[in-house]
Amino acid sequence: MSGRILLKQGGGGRAMRRLIEDVFIRDFAAMPFDGVGLAAMDDGACIPFGDEYIVVTTDSHVIHPIFFPGGDIGRISICGTVNDLAMMGGTRILGLTCGVILEEGFPIEDLEKIQRSMVAACKEAGAVVITGDTKVMGRGEVDGIVINTTGIGLTKVPIRDNGLRAGDRIIITGTIGDHGLAVMSLRHSLDLEGDLVSDVAPLNSLVAAIVDGAPGAITAMKDPTRGGLASALHEMAAKSHVGVVLQERAVPVTDATRAAGEVLGIDPLHVANEGKAVLGVRAEDAERVLAIIRNHERGRDAAIIGTVTNERPGSIILDTGFGRRLLAEPDGEPLPRIC
Amino acid sequence: MNELQFRNPELARALAHQLEVLMNEIGREVSVMHVCGSHEQAIAKFGLRSLFPKKLNVIMGPGCPVCVTDVPEVDEGVLLAEQPNVEIATYGDMLKVPGTVRSLADAQAAGAKIHIVYGPSQAVEIAKNSDAEIVFFATGFETTAVATAAILLAGPPENFSILSAHKYIPPVMEIVAEMPDTKIEGFLAAGHAAAITGYGVFEEFVERHAQPVVVAGFEPLDILAGLVELVKLVRDGQRRVVNTFPRCVTREGNLAAQEQLWKVFRPVGGRWRGIAHVPNGNLRLRDEFAKWDARKRYTIDLRSLWDFAPPQLANQCICGDIMAGIRNPVDCRLFNKECLPENPVGACMVSNEGTCKIWHLYGGIPDLGVGQAPSPVEAAV
Repeated sequence: MSGRILLKQGGGGRAMRRLIEDVFIRDFAAMPFDGVGLAAMDDGACIPFGDEYIVVTTDSHVIHPIFFPGGDIGRISICGTVNDLAMMGGTRILGLTCGVILEEGFPIEDLEKIQRSMVAACKEAGAVVITGDTKVMGRGEVDGIVINTTGIGLTKVPIRDNGLRAGDRIIITGTIGDHGLAVMSLRHSLDLEGDLVSDVAPLNSLVAAIVDGAPGAITAMKDPTRGGLASALHEMAAKSHVGVVLQERAVPVTDATRAAGEVLGIDPLHVANEGKAVLGVRAEDAERVLAIIRNHERGRDAAIIGTVTNERPGSIILDTGFGRRLLAEPDGEPLPRIC
Repeated sequence: MNELQFRNPELARALAHQLEVLMNEIGREVSVMHVCGSHEQAIAKFGLRSLFPKKLNVIMGPGCPVCVTDVPEVDEGVLLAEQPNVEIATYGDMLKVPGTVRSLADAQAAGAKIHIVYGPSQAVEIAKNSDAEIVFFATGFETTAVATAAILLAGPPENFSILSAHKYIPPVMEIVAEMPDTKIEGFLAAGHAAAITGYGVFEEFVERHAQPVVVAGFEPLDILAGLVELVKLVRDGQRRVVNTFPRCVTREGNLAAQEQLWKVFRPVGGRWRGIAHVPNGNLRLRDEFAKWDARKRYTIDLRSLWDFAPPQLANQCICGDIMAGIRNPVDCRLFNKECLPENPVGACMVSNEGTCKIWHLYGGIPDLGVGQAPSPVEAAV
């Protein structure tokens, strides 16, 4: 490859996937590994360990602004990693690591605030940070603060993102777009913040409730973070060699998020969530799984939003209530539009 | 979900049925054009194409201001962004529009500072809080040009200037109507632009080109009702302007806004990407505002790019013919080769749901099955 890295190559969409495939996957994926590894490009890796699996995932967190309605970079750095573990089935968390890179001049007060919210998120998730690393870089060499967390969890059965089968139902565990639009409204000074709150939250207890209440019902699962629900569904559909018919009017969106999306010209389907999971379940289990999710405090607004089909593998067919169109896979970070 | 008044699917289907009945009465193919990016966005977003009758060909005209921003205009923005102590503020969708060698996104990757803003007043705010020179790369039709004009009339800070790529819609409608062999039989005009200019601005056009014009709003029912009206006019051979957006548009328009617009801008001729040279199609700052005109304030040497320029792909682009309904994307030698959504050449591929983008996405035959009508672009085959 030639040229320079573009911002969109970190946006969670097609451009980022291509970059990862071209630069990192090729050689590492060819090395011998007995488990779910890099080649799977799933939310984390699974290492066989006795009759169970150790789940490992890592995530570097950068966000502007650092503090936003509903959370901050500290809360995201814990929840993001806990959720990636949970998406693989790793709901029992053995421990987290935390590496922090700070910019010279960063206020200690802010750092302490971030640390307190990391502790609070850990308590919610039943997780603990067991080792870490701190670096300071010169002014301008890094933007404020970067936090990397790695998570280690355990599961009896790994959950993958490639197991969708025709006939499966698609469930989302709550309203979409809240995190992305809360942050973007703040970034673009829309002054709509009052009603817009990030959904950042740990999902491991919700996932554990589903796995315990309806064992084997989940055929595929992802957390729709960067790139939003659109990106997550594209990935699941492509890896599973199926299409998905998504009923747009069934997808829960709060009034505040919908309004911010209209003002910015950004589709809530394309923006990040930090406290939601999208899952495929067998049709006969769908209502039961939905009831379990809605019974959990993190899943009150859950809904069945689509059906898996053999038509158009890799595509998401969006039924808008008016007609149908193909839902585009985001190519990078969504930006406010003029036209 | 709360049902918005103009987003009722049952009413939409009733209007679609009415369209079907009208098209059956006409009994042949009809091509009409909308000239507004917001119309295209709504048609795409709500999947309205699958509701249109098969023989009704609704073509995306030159209505997306970002898409028709020409290569040299992007080049000017890129070169300014690369000057020391200059920062660009612009709309998000300008970033990916390709210039001769680089887009603004490329310039950003190479170290230029680009601010994504939601409007000119935000760019002014950035200038007030910065020591850098802030250039607002202004794009959009008369609708957004009014906002730019208001900012200049309010006296922006010293370190603020404008690179205007604003465009004016009425002249390009003339161009499309005058294209030889054009199949377009009527226009759906943009409600927000008409809210400024008034629908009276189209009366002369109708007179000259014997083509009906319907002014329509942007909700699904607005668009469908506008199309019903337009197809009725085509059926009856009537050539007049009909305003189906009376809740926002009057015959005179917003006189105060028009006054501001023409106080600040003058229309000049210029190329629109992939379309043509459009006389009076570009809006440039008047001499009284030279102080804030980035073109006068900085030396922008476009020739510095020419040494690196690849062959002018844009010259081979047939976007204009595609918009006129004369040719299809597959007739273009660049389509799906040099011209791709991630690296578009013409306006039809830049736009999210431009004709070429749609053909690229659907493989030319947009049919999502389950009793849905295919998109009308197929009808042009």
